[in-house]
Amino acid sequence: MAYSDKVIEHYNNPRNVGSLDKNDSKVGTGLVGAPECGDVMKLQMKIDPETRVIQEAKFKTFGCGSAIASSSLATEWVRGKTVEEALAIKNTDIVRELALPPVKIHCSVLAEDAIKAAITDWKTKQGEASESAQHQPATASAH
Amino acid sequence: MAIKLPIYMDNHATTPVDPRVLDAMIPYFTEKFGNSASRNHAFGWAAEEAVENARAQIAKLINATPKEIIFTSGATESNNLAIKGVAEMYREKGNHIITQVTEHKAVLDTCKRLEKYGYQVTYLPVEKDGRINLDDLRRAITPKTILISIMYANNEIAVLQPIEEIGKIAKEKGILFHVDGVQAVGKVPVDVQRDNIDLLSITAHKIYGPKGIGALYVRRRNPRVQLSAVIDGGGHERGMRSGTLNVPGIVGLGKACEICQKEMATETERLRGLRERLTEKIMGQLDETFINGSMTNRLPHSINISFAYVEGESLLMGINDIAVSSGSACTSATLEPSYVLKALGVGEDLAHTSIRFGLGRFNTEEEVDYVAARVVETVKRLRELSPLYEMAKEGVDLSKMNWKA
Repeated sequence: MAYSDKVIEHYNNPRNVGSLDKNDSKVGTGLVGAPECGDVMKLQMKIDPETRVIQEAKFKTFGCGSAIASSSLATEWVRGKTVEEALAIKNTDIVRELALPPVKIHCSVLAEDAIKAAITDWKTKQGEASESAQHQPATASAH
Repeated sequence: MAIKLPIYMDNHATTPVDPRVLDAMIPYFTEKFGNSASRNHAFGWAAEEAVENARAQIAKLINATPKEIIFTSGATESNNLAIKGVAEMYREKGNHIITQVTEHKAVLDTCKRLEKYGYQVTYLPVEKDGRINLDDLRRAITPKTILISIMYANNEIAVLQPIEEIGKIAKEKGILFHVDGVQAVGKVPVDVQRDNIDLLSITAHKIYGPKGIGALYVRRRNPRVQLSAVIDGGGHERGMRSGTLNVPGIVGLGKACEICQKEMATETERLRGLRERLTEKIMGQLDETFINGSMTNRLPHSINISFAYVEGESLLMGINDIAVSSGSACTSATLEPSYVLKALGVGEDLAHTSIRFGLGRFNTEEEVDYVAARVVETVKRLRELSPLYEMAKEGVDLSKMNWKA
């Protein structure tokens, strides 16, 4: 499988790898995917409640090179954007930017889901109702 | 010694042609290029002599006689010929075939096609170690069973099936026994007499021979096996496989078998040592690594390891100067994870993290050390990127998570 240069670049130098404090009220955490599918993305954003600007974003991904690149790119794109601008990011933008082949499009979809899940989590913490209930982050039933 | 990159450690997929094999083949492209079926001139006779010589070399490797070797385009064709050939020829006797779930697609898909034509096929399950249960086999046999087809060694997990025992059972019950010997012939001593094998598929490109040529051993005594041809036209190979023989390919296959026969003992020990070295170096420096398949009944030169919390394709990308393969769905064109690992009961999450290392004749100790170091370094790096590793370290029970997929 030939990877685009951009995917390889993100894989070798992923942007914003790491974690934010999930207990911080300004931090939204999105955890999407499943180990059985071979793709799990955790995307976190620190968002200023006043300006609704995404100040910081971090990610961790279990998945192929395209999945890592998609989530790395997502953290790059959301930084400095408002919540509404981030929600407008489409998976097709990611596909285009990374030149993902058809068999890897689902990685970009998951990245878009991760963005939305993180924002939904942040909104819940701010007491806002989320527009779409489907973007609920994964929950742990036992710790 | 300087290592040449990239390093090839995927010898289950294919092997480089041994220079000695290539040397043996070349005259048959340009000087002795005759059609081995041309009975009337020296060009044909020279080609025929080479073909008969190769038959003997192959037969010797498996303890058969030259007349029992039929040439094909490869093991996929040999498997097709064996299974379809028996099914059609012995249809009056019965219509039931027994095989198992981790067979190569060349066997499984052929069986599926026969099911469409009204044959019954039993696909035996395998245990956690990858081997079939002999009691399951005995129970599956019916008065209509005409063929048992079980591979000698598996291409993904390198596990060896109990072929000698299966052969005994088949012989007892008077059922023909076909073995896909692709991964085992030339690597471990395969003996069609000792193991009561009636049909055996062989390919050249897994034993340092060229692609596009293989053979099928078809027993002539006790019992005499008959096959319906799959390919018609000219009646070559005793009517079992028509078509002008690929003389250079056949010469290559013969030479490859001869080399294996002479060097198997020493090569096996050397590769087993390298395999142990690789395994110890990798598993000694990483936690949460698991070997897939039986440790006691496996080919000496191969190992399949799962690295928890790290996805296979991303691992392959990180060691992109090393050629190995993965059971991860992402590496397959269809996005399905390895059906072999699934049959073993390896969870899909671990199947996604598996890597297959297949050592071969041309791998060195330096290469093994390099590969081990790169694998360890890449796994550590990817675990830093992995949310699953982070959660596991925090004590989260990943199996109890409600994943939003």
